[in-house]
Amino acid sequence: MRALGLATVFCFGAILFYISFDFPGWGDENSPASQHVSPYYIEHTMDDTSVPNIVTAILADYRGYDTLFETAVIFSAGLACFFLLRIPERQAPPARFYRHLATGITFRIEKGGRLPEDTDEFERIDSVWVPYDVIIGMTCRLVVPFIQLFALYVIAHGHHSPGGGFQGGVIFGAAIILFAISNNLRRTLKRMSEKTSALLGSLGVLIYAGTGILCMVLGAGFLNYSALASLLGVDPVSARSHGILIVEIGVGIAVTAVMVWIYYNLSSAGRQDEGL
Amino acid sequence: MEALGSLILAKYNYWAVIALLLIGLYAMITKKNLVKKIIGMNIFQTAIILFYVSIGSKKGATIPIITHGHGDASHAVHSVEYINPLPHVLMLTAIVVSVATLGVALALAMKVYSQYGTLEEDEIREKIMESEPV
Amino acid sequence: MEEQFPIIIIAVPLIAALLITALWWFDKRVCLPISIVAGLTSLVASVGLLLQVLSVGILEYRLGGWAPPFGIVYRIDHLNSLIIVAVSLVSLLNLIGSRTIVEKEFQEKVGAFYALYLLFTAGLLGILMTGDAFNLYVLLEIASLTGYALIGLGRRRAPLSGLNYLFMGTIGASLYLLGVGYLYLMTGSLNMADIAQILPTILPSKVIVLAFILCLSGLFIKMALFPLHGWLPNAYTYSPSVVSSLVAPLTTKVMIYAMFRVMLTIFSIDFSLNSVALRLPILWLAIAAIVMGSIMALAQKRLKKMLAFIVVAEVGYMVGGFWLGNRAGMSGAVLHIINDAAMTLCVFMAAGAIVYKTEDDRLSSLKGVFRTMPVSMTAMVVGGLSLIGVPPTCGFFSKWYLISGGMAAGHYGFVAALLFSSLVNTVLFFRLFEIGYFEPFPSGHAHEQQGHTDARNHSSSIAEAPLDVLVPLVATAVLVIVLGIYSGEIVARVIQFAIPAVIG
Repeated sequence: MRALGLATVFCFGAILFYISFDFPGWGDENSPASQHVSPYYIEHTMDDTSVPNIVTAILADYRGYDTLFETAVIFSAGLACFFLLRIPERQAPPARFYRHLATGITFRIEKGGRLPEDTDEFERIDSVWVPYDVIIGMTCRLVVPFIQLFALYVIAHGHHSPGGGFQGGVIFGAAIILFAISNNLRRTLKRMSEKTSALLGSLGVLIYAGTGILCMVLGAGFLNYSALASLLGVDPVSARSHGILIVEIGVGIAVTAVMVWIYYNLSSAGRQDEGL
Repeated sequence: MEALGSLILAKYNYWAVIALLLIGLYAMITKKNLVKKIIGMNIFQTAIILFYVSIGSKKGATIPIITHGHGDASHAVHSVEYINPLPHVLMLTAIVVSVATLGVALALAMKVYSQYGTLEEDEIREKIMESEPV
Repeated sequence: MEEQFPIIIIAVPLIAALLITALWWFDKRVCLPISIVAGLTSLVASVGLLLQVLSVGILEYRLGGWAPPFGIVYRIDHLNSLIIVAVSLVSLLNLIGSRTIVEKEFQEKVGAFYALYLLFTAGLLGILMTGDAFNLYVLLEIASLTGYALIGLGRRRAPLSGLNYLFMGTIGASLYLLGVGYLYLMTGSLNMADIAQILPTILPSKVIVLAFILCLSGLFIKMALFPLHGWLPNAYTYSPSVVSSLVAPLTTKVMIYAMFRVMLTIFSIDFSLNSVALRLPILWLAIAAIVMGSIMALAQKRLKKMLAFIVVAEVGYMVGGFWLGNRAGMSGAVLHIINDAAMTLCVFMAAGAIVYKTEDDRLSSLKGVFRTMPVSMTAMVVGGLSLIGVPPTCGFFSKWYLISGGMAAGHYGFVAALLFSSLVNTVLFFRLFEIGYFEPFPSGHAHEQQGHTDARNHSSSIAEAPLDVLVPLVATAVLVIVLGIYSGEIVARVIQFAIPAVIG
């Protein structure tokens, strides 16, 4: 197997290497890739869409259809992880562990038994890994709101600086995941349940697809944001800019929710009871 | 010698991509551990992302965000001043796809692990032979 | 309204999938009705689209309102409009018959199942319509990703075979992406028609040849052409029945369409067939696929695995048909995409119904199944006869075109492989019918073992699958025969315009 693998890899590499001599040089501004379609984007984006960040304009407008399905890909990944891993809650874990807050003593309660969830005296802890660190927990709690604020900035400012729905959504999701890692999964689930994340995930993609449908209903083609002009009361070019913002918000919501949803299922192997 | 130097300068990005591609492919073909295969798969996808991004570069150009955006309409935009934005857009899509694939791959690997108790392919094959002697 | 048909076909399943994911948390009963409405809308729109194409010719839909090289366009011609109808019809028929099996297999995850099902269908329909090389990759990934998940939730070895499929599929998609990258590097465009216009100015070029080979090999992995078929048999065998009867008829055929689209629209048919010396090697690969697929199908002891290897052989039929390079062969291949989708659906659905009742797909456990499940087995007979190629079922007609194409091209190896595969299919299915029909019950033995517990396996009692499984199954079997009867019409009205005029 190893020899076969080496041989395949060697042949593949030799062909690719041989062909690479026919490529245009690196950074050559006269290469076909820089000459044919891309100058149009660079020179006309401002006139067409009124968005200075060309990448955002292409992503959400010129090739907005790709991005719709890219969001759908992320959404299906979240759905797929849920579909594959989620174990219904009926199967109780073999034992639950509780810590008495005042004394720090840990209790082990055998299968089936449980203490009330919301007491001030006891706290449920995980069986495999016991995160008992006040400093980390508190620091992360303090940092999380700022990360989330920054994420909102990244989403909203995608027109003028590097950023946009995907980047902002990932940062927002990462903040929630940081909270889950530094505290625990159950506490995170209480703040943002699995149902919420699934609903938000589909809402996000629905905002994107719905904008496309709305444009269609208003008489232009699918995802042709200039049709929103009459609705928003602006000229068609600004309408494209606003349309891009709307779909970026949708993307942000979808990516946040799906990242968290994937994390919930992967970290707890689908039980969503114990986990990091 | 000088010609060789300029050749290397013009093509070394592609060679780096090829090296990464081969590392990923080799890991996927020869490694027995499923997680190592997943890592190999990710390296393979990353190499392609690097390939596209390096297509987009232009010497002496800046990031594709128009500096004199609003309010200065008379300022002409020249395409040589900005790098090619299209590959970046495409790779944003490809990155998202590779993240999604990674998530599903890990979920499947977890299912395999919970079923067989191992991630080594040959051990899994032995267990399959034991349980299904058809 | 009419001009929006292309987008309705794909956006309706997408939005329905999102609605199901959301509404399912409140009421589990809404999933199937929403899915069926979405599938039906999609089907109606695709029939409308086909009629439109027949009356006005090639259609173009600009997404976002941008002109082709800058934005993404959908290009609908005779070729893809016909396959779109087939795909949405197959998906809908399978969906209608899914309720009982899905509720049994997935219980709490019904919503996620239907959402993934619709996303899978939407991805495939998008692949069929798109006129943009990169957009095809994105849609390819959405169809594959949902496919991995659906397959991975089967029993026994399903997660492992799903993971193997994921590895192979990702390599395939990545190779395709690399090929598109090479094309972009040399032409600067992603639009298929635009690339095709630029290519003659830069040919001959080694990079373009490699790009062609990379795109093709990526798609070969995805369509499971021998010897890259390793992922397919296990993935189709161990996946849940509803999933295998969705994925088996559709995935390979859509990938074959994508191959033809790449040959036809991006690289031009002349370059694909003549400029690169690939025609004969690929034809021999197709022959190897037919022969090896048939031989390996003979060796199987499980029903679904046997059918999966037949799929491997059928891939060889269609790939060979396209690479014969003459009108008869290509018409046969396009017709076979439609027919194979119908007959694969028929046999996999029948197998699903049988497995649902017997809970065991070993051939030896199917004894007397004709008597207990007469309707399912009749459908299996129709599908089997079509796979063998007996008139008036549709399999005969496409095989006829393929054989006459092979004769016209003077490639007798391909003709021989087709005849060999028909012979093997005859053996396979008549063995199955023999087990199901003629083989007597192990009566005394069975009574001794379980006679006192319950009498459900009694020889005279009919234990047919539920009605909602049987209705679409019978519809599919009828479809297999109707397609056969109207084969000539389909070729004369639609397919002959789908083949480029340069092909004599």
